[in-house]
Amino acid sequence: MLYREAGDFKTSYKADSQTFPIAFDRWRYWAVLVIAFCVVPFFVNAYWANAILVPFLIYAIAAIGLNILTGYCGQVSLGTGGFMAVGAYACYKLMTSFPDVSIVIHIILAGGITAAVGAAFGLPSLRIKGFYLAVATLAAQFFLVWMFNKVSWFYNYSASGQINAPERFVAGIAVTGPNTAPWAQYMICLVFLTICALIARNLTRGTIGRSWMAIRDMDIAAEIIGVNPLKAKLTAFAVSSFFIGISGALFFAVYLGAVEVGEAFGIQKSFLVLFMIIIGGLGSLFGSFAGAAFLVLLPVALKVIGVDLLGWPTDLVAHLQLVIVGALIMFFLIKEPHGLAQLWRLAKEKLRLWPFPY
Amino acid sequence: MSADFLYGIEVIINGLMAGVLYALVALGFVLIFKASGIFNFAQGVMALFAALTLVGIMEGQVPFAHLINAVFGTSIHHFGWQVPAILAIFLTVLVMIAFAWAVQHFVFRHLVGQEPIILFMATIGLAYFLEGVGDLMWGSSIRTLALGLPQGGSIWVEEMTNGLGGDDFYGFFIDKLDMVATLVALVLVAGLVAFAQYTKQGCAMRAVADDHQAALSVGISLSYIWVLVWSLAGIVALVAGVMWGAKSGVQFSLSLIALKALPVLMLGGFTSIPGAIVGGMIIGVGEKLFEYTIGAPYLGGATENWFAYMLALVFLVFRPQGLFGERIIERV
Repeated sequence: MLYREAGDFKTSYKADSQTFPIAFDRWRYWAVLVIAFCVVPFFVNAYWANAILVPFLIYAIAAIGLNILTGYCGQVSLGTGGFMAVGAYACYKLMTSFPDVSIVIHIILAGGITAAVGAAFGLPSLRIKGFYLAVATLAAQFFLVWMFNKVSWFYNYSASGQINAPERFVAGIAVTGPNTAPWAQYMICLVFLTICALIARNLTRGTIGRSWMAIRDMDIAAEIIGVNPLKAKLTAFAVSSFFIGISGALFFAVYLGAVEVGEAFGIQKSFLVLFMIIIGGLGSLFGSFAGAAFLVLLPVALKVIGVDLLGWPTDLVAHLQLVIVGALIMFFLIKEPHGLAQLWRLAKEKLRLWPFPY
Repeated sequence: MSADFLYGIEVIINGLMAGVLYALVALGFVLIFKASGIFNFAQGVMALFAALTLVGIMEGQVPFAHLINAVFGTSIHHFGWQVPAILAIFLTVLVMIAFAWAVQHFVFRHLVGQEPIILFMATIGLAYFLEGVGDLMWGSSIRTLALGLPQGGSIWVEEMTNGLGGDDFYGFFIDKLDMVATLVALVLVAGLVAFAQYTKQGCAMRAVADDHQAALSVGISLSYIWVLVWSLAGIVALVAGVMWGAKSGVQFSLSLIALKALPVLMLGGFTSIPGAIVGGMIIGVGEKLFEYTIGAPYLGGATENWFAYMLALVFLVFRPQGLFGERIIERV
């Protein structure tokens, strides 16, 4: 009976158009933020940070980015891995070229560079549509990975072809390099995720987000009513790549520390992030979080159940995981094309009428 | 003739042969796309699965042995017999038909009328599913396919062409397997065209490709045609899997050829069988020539990974429907 609009009177347009119209949701939102910022950092240990929390936060940023492009603007991209690689390598080059500048600025700049690259690869989207475009983005994926493999300037001519994150500090605390505390890794990713989510939320409900959705629903009709397709598509590519670049930079600098491009940012990564937004829900920010959490937790849960409880061999569990993920994708597309976010929405609708649904 | 020129010709010939193999995979895509509008991303994994099944049946492996052993604590792995190649191919075809029926019955029947992009993403899910099932059924180690196909360079071609160049030219080096693959691809295409043109089912297939509702109204069963088309694509996948498997072993990377077939399709157009073949040739020759002339000397090699996509991307900007595709007409 807490979950009602009744009695919560809105007296301004601002209050009327806020993200969470129901008071209970607002409290829940602040509670989640407080727990995430003030409680979790004191309890997080290396296993939780490395296996679940940090990958979840980073993939959530990537999923928000791809969701803007695919979910809001309707341009399917299979180049996410390549754009994450751009973010990672841009961050690495900036870190090693300007060691005195703060890493936070490097990560944001890496996002900016990725946005420029993304917009460049988004140019063909003006002529190419649907899965033609999906295949065209594969060009970005393979070309970028190849380039980071072959051009040794990008990895500072190191013999192994790997890039290693040097140690960097934010406010005197190491956030990259081998001596990073798990809570520091967690905090920097959390801060970036929170800011990215806020930006994304406010972009998608403003003019620009509406023009993206108009393009998604039907680009010719959108053009006729005065949406500029060039602007809408290129901004979608740029904003989406900005987020994906930040997630790539964090993935390399904070999470992994050392990266070999083909392994970390291959085509599998593109599919993984795409699956996250399909399972989570296309065109929904909550869906990006839900999908990222689901696909980060699923392998961990399967490993705990299969390997630790039942004692099955690891490779068998890995194969089962493929089967389950594939089956889930098809299941969601058949039964609930709007993903976990739609289930969540339905649950909230039910909750508003509970306990007297008639 | 100068040695460089002759070497260039050899590169082109080898590119054509590789292109035929790309075209083989692309054919499966075109079949399904024409009849049902589904862009089947799982085609490459189907080729892998078909080749794995063929090897597994020939060696008499117990399907899902790994899983059964883990669940029941047994240690079975082989039935202990060898199946002759012909019978194994026949059984594999049956498996692919069963797979086609299952895909139609459990997945795409429920997705009729959805947007093409949803169907596309469903096939990506299918690709993952099938890859996992293939690994669970037959294990994930690299297999060799012992069908007795000829391997190695063709001495006959080398001797025939030896006289063309100077002393440092020893004739064209052409893999026998590629020649067999070309022949098989030609036979397969001829067979498919004949099937589509001269049989009742082929006629129905073309009708469905033309207009679903008109086909329904004259009494053609859509689900039957779709199962038929997926089965045909499965058989094409088997052929492609055998050819690629004989070349580089049956392993996971086989499924990546599907990705190579995508630019082929984009060049040729999604709805055209001749387009798939011509596109395959262009991509095959193009990437070999680019690697030989620019990639290896100036860019550090391995440009084959992305050249095909870039070519398709540039090409599409000027002609969005591909070489032979139907004109895209958009209505509000």
